[in-house]
Amino acid sequence: MRLLNLFKIATKAIILNKTRTLLTMLGIIIGVASVIAMLAIGEGSKESIRESISAMGSNMITIKPGADDKGAVRGSGGDVQTLTLQNYEVIKEKASLLSYVTPVVNGSGQVINGSNNWPSSIYGVNPDYIKIKVVGLQSGSMFTDAEVKSASKVAVIGQTVVDNVFPDGQDPVGQMIRFNNIPFKVIGVLEEKGENTFGQDQDDVVLAPYTTVQKRILAIDHLNQIIASAISEDEASKAVTQVTELLRSEHKILDNEEDDFTVKSMEELISTFSSTTEMLTILLVAVASISLLIGGIGIMNIMYVSVKERTKEIGLRMAVGAKGADILMQFLIEAILISITGGILGVLLGLGASVFIEQFLGWPTSVALYSIIISFAVCAVTGIFFGWYPARKASALDPITALRYE
Amino acid sequence: MKKEIIKIENLKREFRMGTETVHALKGISFDIKEGEFVTIMGSSGSGKSTMLNILGCLDQPTSGLYEIDGVSVKDLSRNELATIRNEKIGFIFQSYNLLARTSAIENVELPLLYNSKVSTEERRERAIKALEMVGLGERLHHTPSQLSGGQQQRVAIARSLVNNPVMILADEATGNLDTRTSYEIMSLFQELNKKGITITFVTHEPDIATFSSRTVVLKDGEIMQDYQNHNVQSAATELAKLPKQDH
Ligand SMILES: Nc1ncnc2c1ncn2[C@@H]1O[C@H](COP(=O)(O)OP(=O)(O)OP(=O)(O)O)[C@@H](O)[C@H]1O
Ligand SMILES: [Mg+2]
Repeated sequence: MRLLNLFKIATKAIILNKTRTLLTMLGIIIGVASVIAMLAIGEGSKESIRESISAMGSNMITIKPGADDKGAVRGSGGDVQTLTLQNYEVIKEKASLLSYVTPVVNGSGQVINGSNNWPSSIYGVNPDYIKIKVVGLQSGSMFTDAEVKSASKVAVIGQTVVDNVFPDGQDPVGQMIRFNNIPFKVIGVLEEKGENTFGQDQDDVVLAPYTTVQKRILAIDHLNQIIASAISEDEASKAVTQVTELLRSEHKILDNEEDDFTVKSMEELISTFSSTTEMLTILLVAVASISLLIGGIGIMNIMYVSVKERTKEIGLRMAVGAKGADILMQFLIEAILISITGGILGVLLGLGASVFIEQFLGWPTSVALYSIIISFAVCAVTGIFFGWYPARKASALDPITALRYE
Repeated sequence: MKKEIIKIENLKREFRMGTETVHALKGISFDIKEGEFVTIMGSSGSGKSTMLNILGCLDQPTSGLYEIDGVSVKDLSRNELATIRNEKIGFIFQSYNLLARTSAIENVELPLLYNSKVSTEERRERAIKALEMVGLGERLHHTPSQLSGGQQQRVAIARSLVNNPVMILADEATGNLDTRTSYEIMSLFQELNKKGITITFVTHEPDIATFSSRTVVLKDGEIMQDYQNHNVQSAATELAKLPKQDH
C-alpha cells in the first residue's frame, strides 16, 4: 500500500518533469546504445574473420620456411629456402595424421590469350590442393598425378582470369593460354570463391603442376610452402606436432635450436587474426565507454540537481509525515524507473544501430549479451546511486531546514 | 482539570549565522491544555514562527523542554516524530508550501499518502470533504498557479484538516484572506475547536484574537503577555453582521 503510493508519487514526479527526465534518459540511452553498437561491430568482425578462415578449410595446416616471425602473418618466409621437395615427400609418406599434402611454389606474371593479357599469380601444386582448399571445379577437371610427374603444361584457372583473358564468353577449357610466355593448356575452371576477409581475390589464380612451375616458370628447386590438411579438425594440433618433429629431424635441428620453419594450423591462424580484431574491439569499447561515462556523469548531474531543487518538496513531504525511508524510496523508485526505461531504450537503439550498420554499411555485427548487461548495469548503478545519495542527504535534514532551502 | 497537550519549559532557539548568534527564542515557558484555542501575537521577527515550528515537531529547540501529550520530544526518533506530524498535527505554513504543478486535491491528499491505514478511496473522499469545508469544492483540480493567494491558503488549511489532527498549528492562516473569508475560516476553526481539537493560531490581527480563548504575546523571543479571553466572540455571528455581498 505504502510502496504503491510511493510508486505513484515517483511516476507523477517523472511525468511532471518530462524534459528533465528525457535529458537524463538521453545520457543513458546514448551511453548504452553506443557500447552495444561498438561491441557488436567488434564481435561481428571477429566472427566474420573466423568464418572466412574456416571456409578456407578448417583442417588446413601450413608449413612455411623460416622461423615464425611473430605477428607478420602475411610474410611468406621470403627468400628462405629451407623447404625442399624431399621434405614434402617425407611428410607425405610419414605424417599419418595428414590426409592431403601438396607442395606450393608460386610466382606472379602475365596471363596472355591472344590480345588479352592479365597480371595474375601462378600456383604450382599437386591435385591434393583443391581438396585441402575445399574448392571444386565448375568445368573441366583438375590435373592428375601423372601430369605432375611428367611436368605437363596444363593449367586450371580461376574465374577472374577467365573473365579477363576470355572476355567474349568463350569456353576456356581446351584453349591455350600463356603464362610468362610459357604455353599452358587450360583443362579446368575453379568454382568462384570471391574475396577473402583480407580483400584478396581468390579467383585471380592459375593452378599448374608444381613440377612445371618449378622448372619452366620459376627455375627453382625449393618450395615456397607446403600445405596439408589434417585427418580431422580435432587432430589438427597433433598433426602440427607430428609435422614439426618430422621436419626437425629432416633438417637435423638440435634440441636446443629453434625451428627453421613454421607449422601452423588454422586454429592458430584464427587466433592471430582474432588478436588483431580484439585490439579493434578494445579501441571501440574504450570510445564507447567514454560515452557511457559521460552518460553516467550526465545522469549524476541531473539527478543531483533534481534532488537539490526538490529539497523544499522533500521538506514539505517530511512536514506532513513522510519518513526518511519514504523519501529515499521515492527517489530510488524514480531513479530506477528512469535508469531502466533509459536503459531499455538504449538497448533498443543499440540493437537498431547494429542492424543499421550491418544493413547499410555492410559491416558484420554481432550483439553480445554481456555488452547489454554491462552497459545497462553501469547506467542503472550511476543513476540509482546519484538519485539516492542526495535524497538521503536531504531526508536527514530537519523538515524546516529542508523547507527553507533555496 | 484538562490535561496539558503541550508543555514547554525554558525553551531556547538560537540560529548561528557565521560568528553571530540570533537568539530567536530566549527561554520560553508555557503550556497549552487540550481543547484550548490560543492565538499567538507579536511583532514581526518576535519568534512566532520559530516557536510554532518547534511545536509542530518540524524544528528542534537549542535547549529546553518540550513535551507533547506527556512525552518529551527530545526522546522521540525521527520516525516517531514523522508519525506524530502525520497523524496528530495539522500544520498551516505562513508561506502555504503547496506542491507546484499539483492539483488542489492531490495537495490535500498528501499527508494521507504517508498513512497506510487510509485507503485510496477514503483518501480521495476525505480530501474532497476538506476542500469543501474551506469553500473550494469547485476547485479540486486547479494547480496552485491557477489559484489566488487566498485560495492557495485555503488549500493549505484543507491539507491541515485532512488527517483529522488533534492539534492544529496555524501560522497566519488568514493573512491573505479578506475579512469575510477569514471570518468563515475562523468560524470553521471554532467549530473544530468545539469538537475538541486544540488550536494554536499565529496572527497579526487583533480582531482574529477575539475569537480565541487565550492570547500569548511575544516580543523579541520572550513572552510579554499571556491572558485568557473571557469574552470569546463567535466568528459565525460576526460573519452574519458583515454587509451582505452582491453576487
Ligand atoms: N533559519 C534561520 N536562520 C537565522 N535566523 C532565523 C532563522 N529563522 C528565524 N530567524 C530569526 O529569528 C527571529 C524570529 O523569526 P520568526 O520567523 O520566528 O519571526 P515571526 O515572529 O514569525 O515574524 P513574522 O511575523 O514576520 O512572520 C528573526 O529575527 C529571524 O531573523
Ligand atoms: Mg512568521
